[in-house]
Amino acid sequence: MTDQKIPVGSRQFLPRSAFEELFAALHKEGYSIVGPKVTDGAVRMQPIGSVAEMPQGIRDNQDGGFYRLEEGEPELWFEYVVGPNGPKEFFFPAQLPLFEFHVQGGRFDLDAGPPQVPKLAFLGVRPCELAAIDVQDRVFGRDDPGTFRCESEPWYLQIRQEALLIAVNCTRPGGTCFCASWGTGPEAAGGYDLALTELKDGFVVAVGSKRGAALAENLSLRAPSGAELELATLKMELAREHMGRQLETPDLKQLLNESIEFPEWDDVARRCLSCGNCTMVCPTCFCCTVSDGSDLSGQEITRTRFWESCFSHQFTYTIAGPERNTIRGRYRHWLRHKLCTWWDQFECSGCVGCGRCITWCPVGIDLTEEAQRLREGSTKHKKRLGVSHGE
Amino acid sequence: MKATTAARPEPICGMNTWMPVPARILRVREENFNTRTFTLQFTDEAIRQMYGFLPGQFNMLYVPGVGEAAISISSDSEQHEHLDHTIRIVGSVTRAVAKLPPDSIVGLRGPFGTAWPLKEMEGKDIVIVAGGIGIAPLRPSIYWILNHRSLYKRVVLLYGCRTPEDRVFADELEQWDRDGSIQVLVTVDNATGDWSGPVGVVTNLMRRVKVNADRTVVLVCGPKILNRVAAWNFLQLHVPADHVYVSLERNMNCGFGRCGHCQLGPKFICKDGPVFNFAEIADIFTKEEM
Amino acid sequence: MPSAPPKVAVYKFSSCDGCQLQLLNLETKLLELVGAVEIAYFLEARRRVLPPPYDVGLVEGSVSTPEEEDRIQQVRRDCKYLVAIGACATSGGIQALRNWANVEEYARYVYAKPEYLSTLETASPVASHVFIDFELRGCPVNQYQLLELVSALLTGRKPNISTHSLCIECKRLGNTCVLVAQGKPCLGPITQVGCGALCPKFNRACYGCFGPMEQPNIPSLGQWFTERLGHTPRDMKRMLRLFNGYLEPFKQASEHYERKEKGG
Repeated sequence: MTDQKIPVGSRQFLPRSAFEELFAALHKEGYSIVGPKVTDGAVRMQPIGSVAEMPQGIRDNQDGGFYRLEEGEPELWFEYVVGPNGPKEFFFPAQLPLFEFHVQGGRFDLDAGPPQVPKLAFLGVRPCELAAIDVQDRVFGRDDPGTFRCESEPWYLQIRQEALLIAVNCTRPGGTCFCASWGTGPEAAGGYDLALTELKDGFVVAVGSKRGAALAENLSLRAPSGAELELATLKMELAREHMGRQLETPDLKQLLNESIEFPEWDDVARRCLSCGNCTMVCPTCFCCTVSDGSDLSGQEITRTRFWESCFSHQFTYTIAGPERNTIRGRYRHWLRHKLCTWWDQFECSGCVGCGRCITWCPVGIDLTEEAQRLREGSTKHKKRLGVSHGE
Repeated sequence: MKATTAARPEPICGMNTWMPVPARILRVREENFNTRTFTLQFTDEAIRQMYGFLPGQFNMLYVPGVGEAAISISSDSEQHEHLDHTIRIVGSVTRAVAKLPPDSIVGLRGPFGTAWPLKEMEGKDIVIVAGGIGIAPLRPSIYWILNHRSLYKRVVLLYGCRTPEDRVFADELEQWDRDGSIQVLVTVDNATGDWSGPVGVVTNLMRRVKVNADRTVVLVCGPKILNRVAAWNFLQLHVPADHVYVSLERNMNCGFGRCGHCQLGPKFICKDGPVFNFAEIADIFTKEEM
Repeated sequence: MPSAPPKVAVYKFSSCDGCQLQLLNLETKLLELVGAVEIAYFLEARRRVLPPPYDVGLVEGSVSTPEEEDRIQQVRRDCKYLVAIGACATSGGIQALRNWANVEEYARYVYAKPEYLSTLETASPVASHVFIDFELRGCPVNQYQLLELVSALLTGRKPNISTHSLCIECKRLGNTCVLVAQGKPCLGPITQVGCGALCPKFNRACYGCFGPMEQPNIPSLGQWFTERLGHTPRDMKRMLRLFNGYLEPFKQASEHYERKEKGG
């Protein structure tokens, strides 16, 4: 046993004045830090070098198709919630070169493999993101080491293994958040190395792993007072009660299975642009296309993997035409995948309640509202059927 | 390579599952005006020995610089010197393959997907229903049956295509029927030339076959509409849904359930299919745009 | 065995030459290209003209004069594979704005002696006159799409040109949505991908120069713009009638907003 003083599972207190030590500690361990930074009017997760780059005294105002930053409590670093991107962009890049090769006689000669895996520390990962990372871990085969894996997955598994996750619990949920409905937030339940809860004077720090504990050794931590712990708990309870959105989750799978032919889908199809924004911001969406590029001579071939969207026509294209030719069919596929068929495929929900698809939909289509509409439709249609049976 | 009906063989691949393995075109055989059978051989001897597939499985066929398409394997799974892929020339990749002369190099990834239920079929009557190019993924299962004929009871192949000239594997169809080892019934949509056989849709041929509902296994592969109608017709003859198998087609990109393209409701056709037990998909199969 | 390199012809109709310039802007790639194909007819770049037939013809510009109306027929006869490149050739372009107005009146505003002009009532896309094999959208076209087109033709495959919304590319590139985060009237959600999300990258709303995407839902975006962002039907009409106003379904939608503008 090592003589580590900070046990995994313990809670510590990091004074606000010592927060900056995190950066030094991470740099010392050789991590590149990915954290929140304001760009083009939004808080995005991106490489940052120091605490000075982080947004302070800023909060977000989110609603369907609406995102604005506004002034918040001056000293707070984490008063906003999730922005348009998250760790997925790093673990599963929007565009990843898989390899380059050329045809040499009867051989395919490899010229280059995938880029090297960076060692990243994520600062400010929200609980819903941790849940989403867990979902993608399943998608990329964490739980079935027996099955073969494609090239991109060793890359995924490697970058995931390297990555350090410093979570931040959400003391102020956003306008489109509904993590409490899934139980994926506002407080991180696991899957982190350290988890911070921001108070006025500093952070209550939950130590989630040995790596987190080792990192914590480098920080000026002290034991939290009873009042500080109680305040942190209280903040979580308040956050849970003030979610911007709600989703009735228990019987969703059944609802989505019985509603396949409901007229409610026509209604959302009139509003949906099929632009694919929801799939691009979703932290669990994994659809991709691998395609080849070649130089003019056709000799040097590069195989690249891109994020793909089930909202594009080409996505299901066969010679007989696209399998899902209408916006109705495509939206229905997406929502059913998130809330229903994901369970069949990966034994978990494809939705974690981050609310991004609501905020970043250009016309504010709200997954929670659509599910509710189906639910009301279900009651209505059942009643109608019931009446006709009675006659 | 061991011929097996049990475990699914591991796909062969280059440095990883995304990387195709080179194979040479040995022969090209014209089946009809837009369908050809390409006989391929892995350029690497070791891979030739390692590679195995089950009847019904497919490969991702790659033309360097053009792209990939999912193509079922149409040769005998018990010989491993070469592999047949029977291709209808309709898309970008298939058009490109069609232009390649023998001796050209293409790439293969695979085998992927599920197989025909050769084990469950033992001791049963077997009805095979194929439409057009849909006979290609069924041919390995026919070879298997012929190689192990005593394991199976009565075997009937019902095949439909547009015209007599459109018949894929025409001489083999005649040969199998002549041998008497399996019964072959062919129908065409349009009788041309000196065709004197049945005219009409393939499901009409079902009337000519006595189906013992309790001991028949049905294998279906054809266009979507044929799959539907054939499956339902057999259900109406009281063949249990879990004795009906259909092979489906979708746009596939990865071949192993990661890219999301070929989803049919909860199923990835590349991984959970292409061969499905009808009972598994009956609830979503007839719904549009799933 | 190397066969003769394909002969390529580049034609100009009513246009600003910007799309042809994109070809010249390829620079080093252009040199590679010149090695792989034979430029048989490209007046903007070289004086030498080889006789038809040509394997590939790239047409820039709309058909707006009686002379062009005849010439495009000859071009079709001369080329095995004909590609319309750029907004003018694929939609009629910005000059198609006159299709909703009186050409003579327009001509009087612009030219001292309009009687010297010989022009058609409408400026129209190449496809309204002859069959085209492929089209590249954009004002101007994207040079990488041009290159992809030529490489694809050389290897005999289908060009890898997507027709979905611009948003997918914009998000892949890591831009923050200017519509959601800044309330700008971005046409990205109804516009075809291909430009590299140039405008949103620089915090500007997309103005649709690649034309409508596959199955665009213009009424829904229009409703959001008018009801939530405070734009008028006149604004909507003007947004849709820019580079691709005469291309369906932008055309029909712009006419809808024009009726709303007039009818209140």
